[in-house]
Order: sequence, then C-alpha cells, then structure tokens
Amino acid sequence: MPPRGRTPIHGDLLQGTLDLLILQTLVLGAAHGHTIAHAIERQSDDVLQIEHGSLYPALHRIENKKWIASFWGTSENNRRARYYRLTAAGRSQLAHQTSRWEALVGAVNRVLRPAPAGSRSDK
Amino acid sequence: MSWWRYILRARWDRERRRELESYVEIETDDNIARGMSPADARAAAIRKLGNRTLVLEEVYTMNTLGWLDTTWRDLRYGARVLWRQPAFTIVAVLSLTLGVGANTAIFQLIDTVRLRTLPVEAPHELARITIDSGDGGRTGRFTSRYSQLTYPLYEQVRDQQKSFSSLAAWGPVVLDLATAGESRPAQGLWVSGNFFATLGVTPVLGRLIGPDEDRRNCPTPAAVISYPFWQREYAGRPDVIGQTLRLDGHAFEIAGVTPASFFGVEVGRQFEVALPLCTERQVRGLARSALDSGDWWWLAGFGRLKPGVTVQHAEAELKALSAPIFAATLPTGYVTRDADNYKKFVLKAGPVDKGFSALRGDYGTPLLLLLGLAGLVLLIACGNLASLMLARASAREHEMAVRLAIGASRWALVRQLMSESLIVAAAGAICGAWLAHGLSAALLSFLSTPQNPLMLDLTQNWRVLGFTSGLAILTCLLFGLVPAVRATRTAPVNAMRASGRGLTDGRGRFTLRRALVIGQLAVSLVLLVGALLFVRTFQNLATVDVGFTTAGIVAADFDFRRANVAPEGQREFQRSLLERIKAMPGITGATPVSIVPVSGGGWNQGLVIDGKPQEGYPNVNQVGGEYFELLDIPLLNGRTFNDQDTPTSPKVAVVTAAFVERYLKGRDPIGRVFHFDVGPGEPNLAMHVVGVVADTKYSDVRTENSPLVFLAYSQDPAPGASLTTLVRMASPDANITREAVALAGRVSSNMLVTVAYLERQMAEALGRERLMAMLSGFFGGLALLLAAVGLYGVMSYMVQQRRQEIGIRMALGAGRGRVLRMVLRESAVLVTVGVIAGAGLALFSSRYAESLLFGLTATDPLTIVLSVIGLTAIGAGASAIPAWRAARVEPTTALRE
Repeated sequence: MPPRGRTPIHGDLLQGTLDLLILQTLVLGAAHGHTIAHAIERQSDDVLQIEHGSLYPALHRIENKKWIASFWGTSENNRRARYYRLTAAGRSQLAHQTSRWEALVGAVNRVLRPAPAGSRSDK
Repeated sequence: MSWWRYILRARWDRERRRELESYVEIETDDNIARGMSPADARAAAIRKLGNRTLVLEEVYTMNTLGWLDTTWRDLRYGARVLWRQPAFTIVAVLSLTLGVGANTAIFQLIDTVRLRTLPVEAPHELARITIDSGDGGRTGRFTSRYSQLTYPLYEQVRDQQKSFSSLAAWGPVVLDLATAGESRPAQGLWVSGNFFATLGVTPVLGRLIGPDEDRRNCPTPAAVISYPFWQREYAGRPDVIGQTLRLDGHAFEIAGVTPASFFGVEVGRQFEVALPLCTERQVRGLARSALDSGDWWWLAGFGRLKPGVTVQHAEAELKALSAPIFAATLPTGYVTRDADNYKKFVLKAGPVDKGFSALRGDYGTPLLLLLGLAGLVLLIACGNLASLMLARASAREHEMAVRLAIGASRWALVRQLMSESLIVAAAGAICGAWLAHGLSAALLSFLSTPQNPLMLDLTQNWRVLGFTSGLAILTCLLFGLVPAVRATRTAPVNAMRASGRGLTDGRGRFTLRRALVIGQLAVSLVLLVGALLFVRTFQNLATVDVGFTTAGIVAADFDFRRANVAPEGQREFQRSLLERIKAMPGITGATPVSIVPVSGGGWNQGLVIDGKPQEGYPNVNQVGGEYFELLDIPLLNGRTFNDQDTPTSPKVAVVTAAFVERYLKGRDPIGRVFHFDVGPGEPNLAMHVVGVVADTKYSDVRTENSPLVFLAYSQDPAPGASLTTLVRMASPDANITREAVALAGRVSSNMLVTVAYLERQMAEALGRERLMAMLSGFFGGLALLLAAVGLYGVMSYMVQQRRQEIGIRMALGAGRGRVLRMVLRESAVLVTVGVIAGAGLALFSSRYAESLLFGLTATDPLTIVLSVIGLTAIGAGASAIPAWRAARVEPTTALRE
C-alpha cells in the first residue's frame, strides 16, 4: 500500500516511461516479469502501480526492439519463469532515454516553477 | 512489420501464455506466504493479473499483419459459406467459367494475331516497305498477299536507301516434298541473303543463308529448315546438315536449322524451308527469272532501321527516292496506261514489329467483335450473379442485422461479403483460363484448312494472365459490390423487425433486380441481333447462286514438269492425259481449265473494242468446250468451243451476259470482235465472240457477277507442263483422289497430283463467316438462356414475396385468371422496356458488323423483328411458370404461413 497522502498513479504512464523503468530495473541483473513489477512499485514507494496488462506487452515490445533478451529460468521459489536481461543495445538505450527523461523533467519543471526574476537558470 | 515475426506469431503466443501462467504461480506463492488459502491465493493472483486474453491479444496484434489476418479470416469464412450452399456456388462458378473462358480464348487469339511481337532481336527496330499504287493499281503477276515488291525494285531500294542498316526481302512459296504421286506441300520462304542477319536470328544447328547466296545463279543451292520441320522429318537428328532435301524435285543441301521460337515473319504460318532468292529460277523452271521481271510482284521487303532513325524518317526518304526508282525499273511489257500508273507509285514504310499478317486483316475485326460479344455474355452472367447475390442478401438480412447490432463495422461486413464474391470470381477465372486453353486451340483448328494451315503459338503469357485476372476482378466488382453494400445498409432495428410477419417488404431491392433484368434483356437482344446477322450472312454466302453446279466437282491438277515432256509435245501430252482422265471410273466428264472457279485465283485483262480501250478489266478464263455442260451453265446464244477451234483457227471467245451488257450492248454479240490490251511486242489477236452464257461467279462467291470472257483451252498458244482439270463425279460424295494418283503413276513416275473438292474448298473459304455465325449463334443462345434464367428468377422471387398479398387478393375474390394476368403484366413491362432499350442498342452497335455482312445490312428490319419476337417469346416462357405458380396459390395456406 502506498503511504498515506500519496495517491498511487495508475493507468497510462507517459509514453515510453514504462520502457525506461523496465530497462532501469534490469540494470541490477536479470529478472522475471513479477520481480520487475514489484521492483518498480517498491522503488517508487508504491506510487507507480504497474498494470500487468501493459507490463507484458511492453516487455514484448522492448524485446522486439532487441533492447532486452529473455530466457527461461527458475525463480527463487523454484518456479519456471521467463527472465529478462539487458542487452548492450538496451544499455545504451537506457543512457539515452535517461538523459532525455531528465531533459524533459527539467523543462517541465522550469515551466511549472519559473525561476525568480534576475536569477539564472540551471543551464 | 517483420514477416519473420508474423511467421513466428503462434510461437510467441504460446511463450507469452506460459509466461503469464508462471506469473500467476509466483504471485499465488507470494499470496500463500502472506497466509491466504491456496484457492484464494490463486484467485487473487488471477485478479491482480487482470484480463489475460487482452494482454495476449495485444502481444498478438504486435506480431501480426492485421490486414492479412482479417483477409484470410474473411476468405475462410466466405469459403465455408459457399461450401454450405453448393447449388449457388456451382451455378455461379459455372457461368463465370463459361464467360471468362470464352473471353480469354478469344483474347488469346487476338494476342497472338494482333499484340505479340516477332520472336526476333529488337523487333521494334524493324520496318516494312510497301507501295502506294494510287488509284491505278499494280499490273503483273502476284504470288501472295504480301507481294509488294518486284526483285528489280527491291535491288534499287536496297542500294539507294540510307535509313536502314540492312534491307531484306522474302516471299512465301509452297513447295512439294513429293517427287511423284500425291503432292506433299511444304511451306517455303524465298529469302534474301541478309534475311536472317537482318532479323538477328541465329541457327541452332549449321549455318543460315548468308549474303554470299545473294548472287544470281548461285552455285550450291542451300536450304535452311525450321525447327518443327527438323523434328518432324528428321526426328531432330544432328547429322541432318549436308543431307539432300528434294523440293519440287530439285536437290537442296540442308545448311542449317532455325531456333524453335522462330516461325518466320508471317504470323499464323510456320515456315518449313527457306531458300535463297537466287534459286527461284531453277525451282520454278521458267525461261524468264522473276529476278529480272519488273512486273512480277512476289517479294515483301523489310529492314532494320539505323539507330535514331524513325519509321517516319525512313518513309520521308523513301518518298523522295520513289520517282527515280520507279522510272528506272519500269517494266518493258507495260501498256501506256499501266506505265503511267507505275511511274506515279510511291514507296512507303510502316512498322512490322508484330510481323506480316494477312490474318490480322481477315480476323482482326471479327475477333474484336467476338470479344465484344463474349464480353456482353459475361455481363449478362454477372447480372444473374448480382441478382442471386441480392436474393441471398435479403435471405441473410437478419444475420447482417445481428452482426451490425453487436458492433461489426459496415466496412467489415462489406469486406466479408466481397470476399465471397472474390472466391467465386477467382474460381471462375481459374476454371475459365483452363477452359480457354482448350477453346482457343479448338478455334484455331477450326480456322485452319489444308490449303491454309494456321500455326499460332497459344502459350499463355503475362498479357493473357493479366486479362483473365482483370476479368476476375471486374466480374467480382460487377456482381458483388452493389449487393454487398446494399445488404449492409439496412438499419439493424428495421431488419430485425422485418423478419417478423405482417410487414410488407420494401420495394427498393426489388427495383434494382428489375433494373438488372431489363439490362440483361436489352443486352441479350443485341447479342441475338448480332447472332442472326452473322448466321444469315453465312447462310446467304453458303447458298449464294454461283451460277454453276458445285456438287461432285473436283479440281484435279496434274503437274508433269519433271516428266521430261518436250515443250512441243505438251499439247499432245495434255490431250492424251485428258482422254485418260475422262475414262476414269466413277466420273461423268472432265474439262481443262486455267482458273478453277471460286477458288480465290484470278486473271483479268483490259479490252480494246473498235480501237477504243474500254473501262475496267473483265475476268478471263480458259476452258474446254465441255466446261459449260459439265457445270450446267446455260448457253444463251451461239455455241461453245468445239474441235474446230484449234491453235491455228481464228481465236474464239464465249462471253457472259454481264459482258454483253457492259461491252457489246445494242447489237447481236455473236460475231463481234475485240482485242486484249497487251503490251508492246506481244501478239495481239482478234477475238471473235461465238457464244453467250449465263453469268457465274469467278474467283470469290462474295463478289458480284462481273463481265467474264472464256477462251478456248484448245487455242492456248503455250499449254505448259501442267494440266488443271475440273472433273464431275458420278456421285457427289465419292472420293477419286486415289484413282487420280494411280492414273498419274501409270502415265509417268514423275507426275504430281493435287486434288481439291470444290464444295469442300468453298466451305473452307467461308471459314471466317462460319466461325462468326457459329460463335455469335452460340453467344446469342447463351445470352438468351441467361436472360431467361434471370427473368425467371426475378419473377419467381416476386411471386414468393407476394404470396400473402396474392392470398389476400384471392380471398377477397380475385380469380386465378386475374392473378395470372397480374404477374404476366409485370413481366411484360420488364420485357417491353428491355426490348425497346435493346433494339436501340442493337441499331447503334450493329454498324460495327457492317463490313462482315453479306446479302443484308446491319439494320436489316427482318433480323431485328425476328430477334424481338424471339426474345419476347422466351420472356413469356420464362415468366409463365412463376405466373402459373402465383395463380395456384391457395389463399388458406398462404394466409396461414
């Protein structure tokens, strides 16, 4: 459950954001769909609730782009599960997407909280 | 989109399914760890996952090609629907097969005759040379329909022109493979030395005729044979090179074989042997060579244009060269009139990339016309199919309404209905293409005669395939689109309600079907008029009064050129041969002739009467005195030829009534004298008219009777080394070929015999008209049948729809006669409108057939009246059954339905 006062965000994340989150999660090592979803939820303090209905198509889409690769493995409690790992292309894509994301966030923030007159902007 | 992913989409679907299952298991484990019961744990896990099918579907659409998937699904569904309605499917496919088959077969012939280029190197660079002879026309000897040049003309043009990199000449000739007995004709070509080089044809074996062989009196006569001839006569043996081939009794050495694809330059005729022009004199065995004759038209010329030179350039150059060339080649024997004409001739150039073809002229228009007729039949068939589709659409209205109501898009439904049509159209096209293959071969063998063998390469090519697929798509649109759009137009709520009872059906769909039937009736009237025009043309030609008896008449030609008869002994040889022919069993008489009547050959000459040259050129024939009695030609005045007419007695002539009418009007023709208009140096003898006979046809049954002069065969100054006779058999159906060959063998071991049965030959000469009559008759019948079926279908449907109404009418007191009349009146309206529209269409379109008709005009009133009566009768017949059925409706049952 998310902490009180913080409304979990359901539904459509910004286009491409889920891809970025998945790639970031896989930096730490290979994981299966269940782990990826839980990792994202935990890392975001349960603010981001991953819809499974969009997680699996997203995994499929990223795999088609060859940013991640998959293999069948055995889970912590001895279940067969499909594991995903980051490919070299995925790693560079992650760097690229991250910088784009930061640029985007910075830009949105500048619009929402304009700097006081006279002071210079960050960049 | 990746095809690879598309192919693997089923595998991915399984993978993702397993993956989701593993998620559920892991989540269930977690839930159990949190203390839930296993059943609750699993249910919670599944709940958390959400709509599993949706996930799988999303992944699936990522992998698939949407349009391909839906198309395939539509096609499969369509095939299932059609499979469940075999009667409809069979009728639909069968009518399309017939329609597409007929169209494709005719198109295939058009393709080979009109569209295909010669199988030689860069055919579009080739151009032919023709002569514009103005009004005067050419004079001299002509050997074929391609004869455009004399050899002296060819030489002049070849040496003076600068537009062509090489200029070749050729001429067709029929040679004899047999040296004795019954003749065995071979299709030969005279070719100039650069003929094969100009075309860019290379031999498959040996060498081809080359420029060395272009000299007069060529030393070693070489022959080139065609691939089919090599296969047929020599079984494709490679040692054929250097072997001796006897043609008309002369020995030729086989030099090479042309490729299988090369049939010559004449479309429709496969050449068998090609000989150098220089061997002409030797083969013909004449004193004067055609190479030196300025009035012997036996060659066709063509050349390969130099790079960058167009046909127009070449023509301009040839035009400029014309005057000096014709002045330089003026034949010596011409009378002033002919010489003046000759000097005004102009050389022309034209494209010849599709080859030389007399077929194109003879059959070009008829084939296009037949394609038009076949297209109309297909149109009528499509009308029937559209009508059937409409009927099916109303039967499936409920299904469509339900589909629309639960959210199918209209486009999806149209697409699905169209895919049913597409399957039917494709099946019809495939069967039709298969049918066409046999049909076109049958048509070809129908047109091919022993005198005029036709050889066309009928293999399917991209043009024919394109035509057939185009037809399939067009028919599919024609009969499928409107019903499909209409079927999906009804608002669901109306359709659902209408399927209950007690509501009258809207008339909209019905109007369309009635319009279709009217169109079908109109078009079938056009076809009927066409069919009658051609059938009556053929009938007129077949029964035309030629003015003499043709039944049991045989033209037997005895060629004794190689029997070593000295020129001075030829007359006596002919006389004794004729005596022996007359003594043959089974014949009642025989006469020598120069020209076999109505066989296509002819001879005409200008006249001088009382010193004045006369208008026109009367036809001439040279016959024995028995000719008139043998052929039952009535003698109107004077006498025919007798034994007193010898080479030394005064020249006599028997003329026809038309001749008297034209040239000897006023006075008693017997004893009148005329001269032939002959060139300088030729003997000009007075001809004394001794008799007048009734008019007869001369070379062709299609031409009107024109003035005709008969000369006495016995007075021929040079009888020649062959004797052509007309023989009358005692029984019209007898066969005397074997006796004639045996007789020739007894007289000389080196005599050749050709026997032609006049009636059969005349029938073969009408091949084109017979083809038109047969096919248009077939199409007309088919159209009539299809239109009748269409009318019957619509009337039955109407009666079926109005059963309750009719029941109520009858319950209220309408008699059976009244109901019958009501239905018949409905169909009478359709037939009347159709017939009026059709008559207008027929009057408008029949003029395209004008040039192919004989003995009647394109707007022949009798033909149109007969067609209208025929169509009306068929229409009445087709609506009688539904009307009768309507009259037998039992009010009690109809109302209870």
